Amino acid sequence: MSSLSRDEVAKLAGLARIEMTEEELVNLSSQFGMILDAVARVQEVDLTGVKATSHPQPLENVARPDVVLPSLSPQDALSGAPAQEESRFRVPQILGEAE
Amino acid sequence: MIRKSAVEMAGALAKGETTSVELTQAHLDRITAVDGQVKAFLHVDAEGALAQAKSVDARRKSGEKLSPLAGIPLALKDVLAQKGVPTTAGSKILEGWRPPYDSTVVSKLKDAGVVIMGKTNMDEFAMGSSTENSGYGPTFNPWDLTRTPGGSSGGSAAAVSSFEAPLAIGSDTGGSIRQPAALTGIVGVRPTYGAVSRFGLIAYSSSLDQAGPFGRTVLDTALLHEVMAGHDPKDATSINAPVPAVVAGAKSGDVKGMKIGVIKQLQGEGYQKGVQARFDESLQVLASLGAEIVEVDCPSFEYALAAYYLIAPSECSSNLARFDAMRYGLRTGDVNGASAEAVMSATRDAGFGREVKRRIILGTYALSSGYYDAYYGSAQKIRTLIIQDYAKAFTKADVLVSPTAPTTAYKIGEKVDDPMAMYLGDVATIPVNLAGICGMSLPAGLAEEDNLPVGFQIMAPAMQDHRLYQAGAALEAALLSKWGAPILDKAPALGGSK
Amino acid sequence: MALPTYEEVIAKWDPVLGLEVHVELNTHSKMFCSCATEFGAEPNTQTCPVCLALPGALPVVNEKAIESTILIGLALNCKIAPYSRFARKNYFYPDMPKNFQISQYDEPICFDGFVDVEIETEEGTKQFRIEIERVHMEEDTGKSLHVGGATGRIHGADYSLLDYNRAGIPLVEIVTKIVPGTGKYAPEVAKSYVAELRDILRGLKVSDVKMEQGSLRCDANVSLKPIGSDVLGTRSETKNVNSLRSVERAIRGEMIRHAELLNDGKKVKQETRHFQEDTGLTRSGRSKEQAEDYRYFPDPDLVPVTPAAAWIEELRATLPERPSLRRKRIKEEWNVPDKEMEAMINADVLDIVEETVLLGADPTKARTWWLGEISRIANDKNVGVADLAITPADVAELVALVAAGELTDKLARQVVEGVIAGEGKPSEVVAKRGIKVVNDDGALMAAIEKVCAEQAETAEKVRGGHLPAAGALIGAVMKETKGQADAARVRELLLGHLGVS
Repeated sequence: MSSLSRDEVAKLAGLARIEMTEEELVNLSSQFGMILDAVARVQEVDLTGVKATSHPQPLENVARPDVVLPSLSPQDALSGAPAQEESRFRVPQILGEAE
Repeated sequence: MIRKSAVEMAGALAKGETTSVELTQAHLDRITAVDGQVKAFLHVDAEGALAQAKSVDARRKSGEKLSPLAGIPLALKDVLAQKGVPTTAGSKILEGWRPPYDSTVVSKLKDAGVVIMGKTNMDEFAMGSSTENSGYGPTFNPWDLTRTPGGSSGGSAAAVSSFEAPLAIGSDTGGSIRQPAALTGIVGVRPTYGAVSRFGLIAYSSSLDQAGPFGRTVLDTALLHEVMAGHDPKDATSINAPVPAVVAGAKSGDVKGMKIGVIKQLQGEGYQKGVQARFDESLQVLASLGAEIVEVDCPSFEYALAAYYLIAPSECSSNLARFDAMRYGLRTGDVNGASAEAVMSATRDAGFGREVKRRIILGTYALSSGYYDAYYGSAQKIRTLIIQDYAKAFTKADVLVSPTAPTTAYKIGEKVDDPMAMYLGDVATIPVNLAGICGMSLPAGLAEEDNLPVGFQIMAPAMQDHRLYQAGAALEAALLSKWGAPILDKAPALGGSK
Repeated sequence: MALPTYEEVIAKWDPVLGLEVHVELNTHSKMFCSCATEFGAEPNTQTCPVCLALPGALPVVNEKAIESTILIGLALNCKIAPYSRFARKNYFYPDMPKNFQISQYDEPICFDGFVDVEIETEEGTKQFRIEIERVHMEEDTGKSLHVGGATGRIHGADYSLLDYNRAGIPLVEIVTKIVPGTGKYAPEVAKSYVAELRDILRGLKVSDVKMEQGSLRCDANVSLKPIGSDVLGTRSETKNVNSLRSVERAIRGEMIRHAELLNDGKKVKQETRHFQEDTGLTRSGRSKEQAEDYRYFPDPDLVPVTPAAAWIEELRATLPERPSLRRKRIKEEWNVPDKEMEAMINADVLDIVEETVLLGADPTKARTWWLGEISRIANDKNVGVADLAITPADVAELVALVAAGELTDKLARQVVEGVIAGEGKPSEVVAKRGIKVVNDDGALMAAIEKVCAEQAETAEKVRGGHLPAAGALIGAVMKETKGQADAARVRELLLGHLGVS
């Protein structure tokens, strides 16, 4: 039986940027065994030589001409912003590396 | 008036027997009367609807040539962006968001003069099969208010089956139009992938999502299908080809000589007795109309559910990353000194429901380094096998059929704590999504054991959507003459006026 | 232990480079939506549901961006993939609205190319081949402004303000294979590689390639291994290198920093570092607790790019000559001195001069006009020569008129002014302004006689065989005839008049 430890769930939650309580982590960890068993059935089939399909229709080379169309007004662009300042989206301090 | 078909309503409008404003008001009144029990709508835009109705009436009066559905009210699943109207996808993370743009489907509806009355309830981000995963509480099945209407487009299906709207729009990623149509006794179609623009459809799983129509009759559904569909340069996966002749298909309703393939894997064990009985009966009806019934074998379908529950969560884990409290929607935890990263995590915890989190985590896992090939990669290969199974089956049959769902509507709360049981309800609908083809569910009668509606599913190859309507219309007509009255007449009357 | 000198570093260590260059394409619209791409627009005025990642929005690829990327690949001697796809690179960052970047992963559009660069050394010209691993398409991020703390710096900021105008601008990433064997020339080789790329891209007209505006950005990977060893050392990746000089400085600095650590028996940390323009040093980025897992997968909203072979050949046929080779050829064909060549390149007039020459003008004359009078006017107006209303055809015509003796150089300058002022082609300006060389010997003779009478002393000197003195008389005659005379003819007549021909 497959399983996913509490720590593994915590790592995934970190990657997915979802804060989780201890209880949530433990709950998900316990449900995952069953779910992973079910989805792992895809590995029962002999798939050698089978091509992967990422897209149901065989479309290729769909592109648009390099033409400028009107953008949203800054008012509309910012209409949903939780906070804004000087026509920019205001966000909490970024703990990142980019300058 | 509200119990009539959209075609009949359109006729009355054309003859001047009623106006769109009257018709819209009648439906708004019905919503006021019964939606407290059904809870199909998250937002009713009475003002916008009446303004559109008024404008259509004026255009009609001035002699303008209008599209067949001009002035007909409609309920819109809350997964489609409508400019200035709250759009939440059933999630708390989008509470209060008003899009600054229209989805292509909404633009097409507006252009056709269709009256959008409001936004309907759904499982959060379309993840679910019962509408119980909505961040705003469940929708109730008009046939039995203790039961679910199915999902994820449960609100739209319930609105049509409770006569709150003659038409509705849903979206179908793994069965989310067909299954609620089956559970509420109406018609629902998932068009071919790429036939209806996804621009403005809030994405759950990009390679599986497709918006489609609900109606109480096959012809009504076809008329709405025709309005919604068509190539859109704003969606790179949109098919650049004419819309299949769905209305002509619905009007012909002829199955003489049509080969109908019964999929061996999608019946029998695991299907409720009454569901199987109604399915078998419908097959006999089709045979009696001159169709040739054949059996087809689709061995890979056994793995469809597993493939779906890897592909859809994987895509959703990426699609839902944009809900991060930075540009729109909910923001929580923004207290002195909190970092953007902490605010994102707190907001996504507060804003997403359990099922959404479960699928995001599952998808994150399936895509993560070291597991990709075993999970996502294998699932995409299963998808190839399913496409091949269909291709082979369609060499033997013009359309394929199965029950839409293994059971009739179940009790609210019955499966919420058992995700696997809930997922199993999609077993018959999912293969269509994986292969990108089209499918319809239409009422096949009531299951004897619980007197609840049973859905009959018809599947056709990509861009052969008209075959669904042709076969569906034939079955619908034969069953109607057998029953003597539309199936919804057997549904209990809800509070309020008829 | 003191910082080793560069000479000490290269005596012991062998550097290995890897360079990743990001180029913003100069398409009119963004990579996946139709918003404008103009630099310096008011914040959030070039955004839409797609580049703000509003719920429901979908990307559609800009066909010009695909074309430009293929051109870049071809110019860098790459193979063009008959089938390539876009993939999502998943990570959260507030300047990236979707929290994934649409990029290309294991199926890039161009791969396996090379660029040869030359550097001048004390041992003569040396050539190095830089092998290209891949060229792929992706999209740029928004820009953040950090407020509070030391304003402008991310560290210690209270909050940030985001402008998404730049989000979704097409980016092309050009990645080299590892570059071994450059030895002590590593910093210079890297600099000339980036310079060569910049010239190639400019020649293709696919990017503004302005490093100072960030339309060309370089990340430099550096590692050291002991001379003679086959084992690669641990690399550092220096970002934020925004000028050619900085490329050289950053690599030199990193080589010294690595050598210091290694000499002390310490380990180089594999990390991202930021180049500081002011100090020339690099600073460690925030170290992450764990490596990012980008969870790449094919973008389901986009379909494969499968350029037809015939189209690729069509594009190949339009490739301009390699800039470095072209410069070499032009220098030889026109016999241009080094300084003049450099002046033309710096003034960015090579193209326009060549066009003028192709229209029949003498290379030296064409060069002199564009680099002299016309550049001067352009400078006064604070615009580029290409922005003036004078074309290579005009200059070619002008040179021809002068050669035919119909204009003097001085008159021709008046004509240039007229053309730039919008009065028409040179011949039209000549006609309108009534400009013509005084060819009437009688009128000239009258002027000569007048000047010789006024400056009898000078005339006498010339008559006596002191020819240099004739210049002053010629000048005076030219002045007398308001510059409309042909100076050569004046000289001829004057000398005849004074009996010294």
